[in-house]
Amino acid sequence: MKTFDYVRPTTIADAIAAAAEPGAAYLASGTNLLDLMKGGVTRPNRLVDVTRLPGLDRIERLADGGIRIGALVRNADLAHDPDFAKSYPAVAEALLSGASAQLRNAATVGGNLLQRTRCGYFYDIASACNKREPGAGCDARNGENRLHAVLGWSEACIATHPSDFCVPLVALDAVAEIEGRTGRREVAVEALHRLPGDTPEQESALEPGDLIVALRLPSDARTFSAHARYLKVRERTSYAFAIVSATAGLRIEQGTIRDARLALGGVAPKPWRAHQAEETLAGASPTPAAFRRAAEAALADAKPSGDNRFKIELAQRILVRALTLAAAGTPERMPALPASPFSSVSRSDPGVIYEA
Amino acid sequence: MNFSISLTVNGVRRDVELEDPRVTLLDLLRERLHLTGTKKGCDRGQCGACTVLVDGRRINSCLALAVSHDGADILTIEGVARGDQLHPVQAAFIAHDGFQCGFCTPGQIMSAIGLIGEGQAGDDPERVREGMSGNLCRCGAYSGITDAVLDVQQGLVEADRRRSA
Repeated sequence: MKTFDYVRPTTIADAIAAAAEPGAAYLASGTNLLDLMKGGVTRPNRLVDVTRLPGLDRIERLADGGIRIGALVRNADLAHDPDFAKSYPAVAEALLSGASAQLRNAATVGGNLLQRTRCGYFYDIASACNKREPGAGCDARNGENRLHAVLGWSEACIATHPSDFCVPLVALDAVAEIEGRTGRREVAVEALHRLPGDTPEQESALEPGDLIVALRLPSDARTFSAHARYLKVRERTSYAFAIVSATAGLRIEQGTIRDARLALGGVAPKPWRAHQAEETLAGASPTPAAFRRAAEAALADAKPSGDNRFKIELAQRILVRALTLAAAGTPERMPALPASPFSSVSRSDPGVIYEA
Repeated sequence: MNFSISLTVNGVRRDVELEDPRVTLLDLLRERLHLTGTKKGCDRGQCGACTVLVDGRRINSCLALAVSHDGADILTIEGVARGDQLHPVQAAFIAHDGFQCGFCTPGQIMSAIGLIGEGQAGDDPERVREGMSGNLCRCGAYSGITDAVLDVQQGLVEADRRRSA
């Protein structure tokens, strides 16, 4: 690991000033950043430790019915907050399906939004990677790319965004509150992450010094709480990144879908909201045929970036499964294996359906 | 540039001078405080061998910068027994053969203590397995580890019942 200056400001203004310098990076828990620094993938000159900034570790209910989550709230604390988990069950399920208990105890909400891709070529500093070194080329393009993107990718970069948490966030219109050199502004989480195009090194809408201070969910995000799931296909049952994941939230009235929210993870360079698929469900009955039509709409623009054509069909199936489980009703208790597609559909017994 | 930090480790205050900000909490425990019970496995947050409790919560000490944890209260495997009296989780690991080579065991035990404290798994073996998934065991002692955690959990439930009776 390259050495660095370490500063620990106590005000947001001081943090922004310290982090606006070239080569500076914010440090929260560091569960992703330290790993990248150990591998020489990221080589900051200065770490600006934000863990002691006041007021960023609260979950606040807002007067308008929304909720505001401080950027330093730990993933585990958010997922286990009883009111949060009841109001936004798919978000809690996504959080609990990510990483391990140790990492969820440390990792922060703000850090999760900004975690880097898990593309093996990005991590391997002996490989060419346009994201790590602009203009170097992309060894993933003709390499081991079974797990790479099928939506939103470019010739310059086929890496996927790894977050589980961000998938239901984009479905529920979450907004990031950002403090920067020119004051405070807000960016929808859906617009926070950029598609790679010719500049895959520019991953987000953040400017130098910008600090995510909070995340907000609008009041209507909780109207999906009775019919909300997050599902994730992994190479092993726990402690693995998604090959494909999907969230579905439905508002069902008198047997008709009034509103639907759908998003996919593991398939694109950013958490992927499926707006067109949502539109096919508005006013429809929650039937297998309607779910299949929505899933086809969600993947209509998909194309393989390598040896990963299977992900297009897999994503459709997992979306149909997420819709089916959401329509059956949010489980009364968090499933023993959060987001596992091997859970039963029953609301009262969300156990697994295979013998462990 | 030097950094002076102060930690409480297993109930004892420790003042440490760091001449380099790169020192992880894991390396501080092992190399500076000579508490080598906490193991360095992958050093990348993937195996769980370095699990310790920080302010009562289990984390991977290999992915924590020591300097960022100034003032923290840390519990390692060296601090869980009371003299010759093993912690109930330690005793249960022995009773249930929850290890073979032993390298992952300190991390497993600290993780299990953290899991029981979190109160999310209860007596459901599937929830225990999920809650312990951040700790790898190359010898494959998983079934013994799960039984050990369930045994301690059961003991707590019975102790609660006796207290409330």
